[in-house]
Amino acid sequence: MLLDGKVALVTGASRGIGRAIAITLAKAGAAVVVNYAGNVAAAKEVEQIIVSAGGKVMLVQADVADSESVDAMIQQTMAEFGRIDILINNAGITRDGLLMRMKESDWNAVIQTNLTGVFYCTKAVSKIMMKQRIGRVINMTSVVGLTGNAGQANYAAAKAGVIGFSKSMAKELASRGITVNLVAPGFIQTDMTAVLSDKIKEDMVENIPLARMGTPEDVAQAVLFLASDNASYITGQTINVDGGMVM
Amino acid sequence: MSTFEKVRDIVVEQLGVEADDVAIESTFIDDLGADSLDIVELIMAFEEEFSIEIPDEAAEKIKTVNDVVTYIDQSK
Repeated sequence: MLLDGKVALVTGASRGIGRAIAITLAKAGAAVVVNYAGNVAAAKEVEQIIVSAGGKVMLVQADVADSESVDAMIQQTMAEFGRIDILINNAGITRDGLLMRMKESDWNAVIQTNLTGVFYCTKAVSKIMMKQRIGRVINMTSVVGLTGNAGQANYAAAKAGVIGFSKSMAKELASRGITVNLVAPGFIQTDMTAVLSDKIKEDMVENIPLARMGTPEDVAQAVLFLASDNASYITGQTINVDGGMVM
Repeated sequence: MSTFEKVRDIVVEQLGVEADDVAIESTFIDDLGADSLDIVELIMAFEEEFSIEIPDEAAEKIKTVNDVVTYIDQSK
């Protein structure tokens, strides 16, 4: 299989896009570390699905916004599997609101988890990948990081930040056989978008050439490609999985 | 093995240079052709081999093989 013998760590993997990525990578043969922040029931469900499919999986609770928590997660992963070939920085939160009403705490929480969390995880894993002389880092950004979005100044700033961070890492780590790429989902059916009103959803779909919301599996397939050896000559790039919403 | 010999072996392995090319006064960048990422990796390898922690402030001052040997011997 495509990822036989590989070890993949997926942050924020208990729900939504992260869940689909974890399941997809496991089905492709990777041993998957399913990181979750708080929802243990959802994480156990992902574990069940992977085990039923004959895959290897380990659950690790850790808040990516906390560097000690991240270091402990990496240590647990290394103790269990002894290597990390693939890191998917997926964990993310939203605290939407217009700037005038955005609290400093809303700003800080989103930057800390969505941007600084990527820094913590990549820093910890890059040391391991440098020694291995091989690695794949795939960071989840968002089309919002490219276009901006009213009501999501914090989220868009963090996601744009992830793009600059990833391109810098692609340059720093290329000589050690490590590629760093991004996937930018558009309007995807998850808990994060489920809270939007039907009116907003209809309006958004109208602006999507492929005329539908995406599924977490649509995103997971792009991640699978970037994680595989098939993508070994691609680094520093962003693949939009958005039905053509942003071109 | 002396500290210098252990350091030399790590440098040979990490940088792919000949043991004869590594002298106590060799500088990592100019004499041994290391780049900045090589230095980071060397520091990590020294930390592992000698079970010590080399903080960033100390790592920045390390330019030559002698700098490393001295730091390690002082840490023991």
